[in-house]
Amino acid sequence: MTNKTKAAPELDNIEFEAIDRSSFLMKGVLAAGATYGAFAAGPILRKAFAQGGSEGDIEILNFALTLEYLEAAFYDQAQKEAKLSSEVADLAKLVGGHEQEHVDGLTQAIEDLGGKPVAAPGVDFGDAFSSEEAFLALGVTFEDTGVSAYNGAGPMIQSKELLAVAGQIVQIEGRHAAAVRFAAGEMPAPDSFDPTLTVDEVLKAVEPFVKA
Amino acid sequence: MTVPTKPDRNAIARAARDPFSRRKFLVLTGGTGAAGAFLAACGDDEEEDPTTSASSTSETEPASDDPIDMFGEGDVGILNYALTLEYLEAGFYAAVIDSGMFKGADLELIKVIGGHEQTHVDALLATVEKLGEKPAEEPEAQFPLDDAMTILTTAAEVENLGAAAYLGQAAAIKDEEVLAAALSIHTVEARHAAVLNTLIGENPTPDGAFAVPADAQMVLDGVQPFLKS
Repeated sequence: MTNKTKAAPELDNIEFEAIDRSSFLMKGVLAAGATYGAFAAGPILRKAFAQGGSEGDIEILNFALTLEYLEAAFYDQAQKEAKLSSEVADLAKLVGGHEQEHVDGLTQAIEDLGGKPVAAPGVDFGDAFSSEEAFLALGVTFEDTGVSAYNGAGPMIQSKELLAVAGQIVQIEGRHAAAVRFAAGEMPAPDSFDPTLTVDEVLKAVEPFVKA
Repeated sequence: MTVPTKPDRNAIARAARDPFSRRKFLVLTGGTGAAGAFLAACGDDEEEDPTTSASSTSETEPASDDPIDMFGEGDVGILNYALTLEYLEAGFYAAVIDSGMFKGADLELIKVIGGHEQTHVDALLATVEKLGEKPAEEPEAQFPLDDAMTILTTAAEVENLGAAAYLGQAAAIKDEEVLAAALSIHTVEARHAAVLNTLIGENPTPDGAFAVPADAQMVLDGVQPFLKS
């Protein structure tokens, strides 16, 4: 299973890789509520999902929902536990509010499609709230990962309506990423093209923050 | 910054029903006729061969009044539309850098953003050529460069519009690779918009939790003030 679709050579960093159920499950509890079967198919997700119809879209929405749950919990805890300057506290509140709206919206969308929304994962953000710097650093990771996750999943979405909605969400994730990076003193837009991540890569990135 | 106090569970449904809300762009519109001025500013574009159009597949929509059609058919039209917007942005930042109005960290940021736009121009142009089609020409543009705040406000306006423009086309893109590229550029424009909004003291997320897309007419109306006619 070496199939990959590659973008035009000048957009070389964009690719989709196959994932299968085993690698999905291997990454642990994140998948606990999200195993409906479409990930069992390969090699190219879009093709696999084309046979699954809206079932594939539900899988993607549940994947997104899990990430949004993580983000929402992160900002919620940050507001309670981290000592933040008023500016950064305002940002945490703004961004966290959006993530919660994404959770609610995705939950609704999954239910509307007849799917079962995944439960919120248990979380453990380590010492991310020990300082403002630590909070911002992990915030950058979450937002950049969120952008790359949505962008990677976007072309696999079958429904044009859902694709449009995913676009509406990922633009906000991109804006969050820039705002959090700016607050952290980092370049708000580090690349000309935001990299994409496969589901597998995303799960690997967030795994340390999920509590079994 | 305003924070929504209550989660809106119906936000997605509402957004899906009304994807092209005009609320954000009314302030930017310069009235009618912008598309015509835009065409003029873009120079003489190729004319569609009517026989080719007529004989092409059922995808061809008769008598569409979507101004994106003037950039070409299907994905090529979207790519050339995006290319035109990126030309405008890249040209703008080049002029800003030349103006000498910025230095230090601000200048560095502007150079980075301008560099991204130029990379987008190069990639889109190469993609259109790779598809065997003719890339859109660089439009003749003029930008207000009177003072730093005007420049940053204009930059924020153009970036917010650019992000909304990509979002407005995403679901219309047919080719998976073109879609992946567009999504990847879309979020970079969003990042630019957010940091520029922050620099001028505005909310980095003026639309709230769900970004509002813009159709081609809104976008062309929005950039019309920057086109030499």
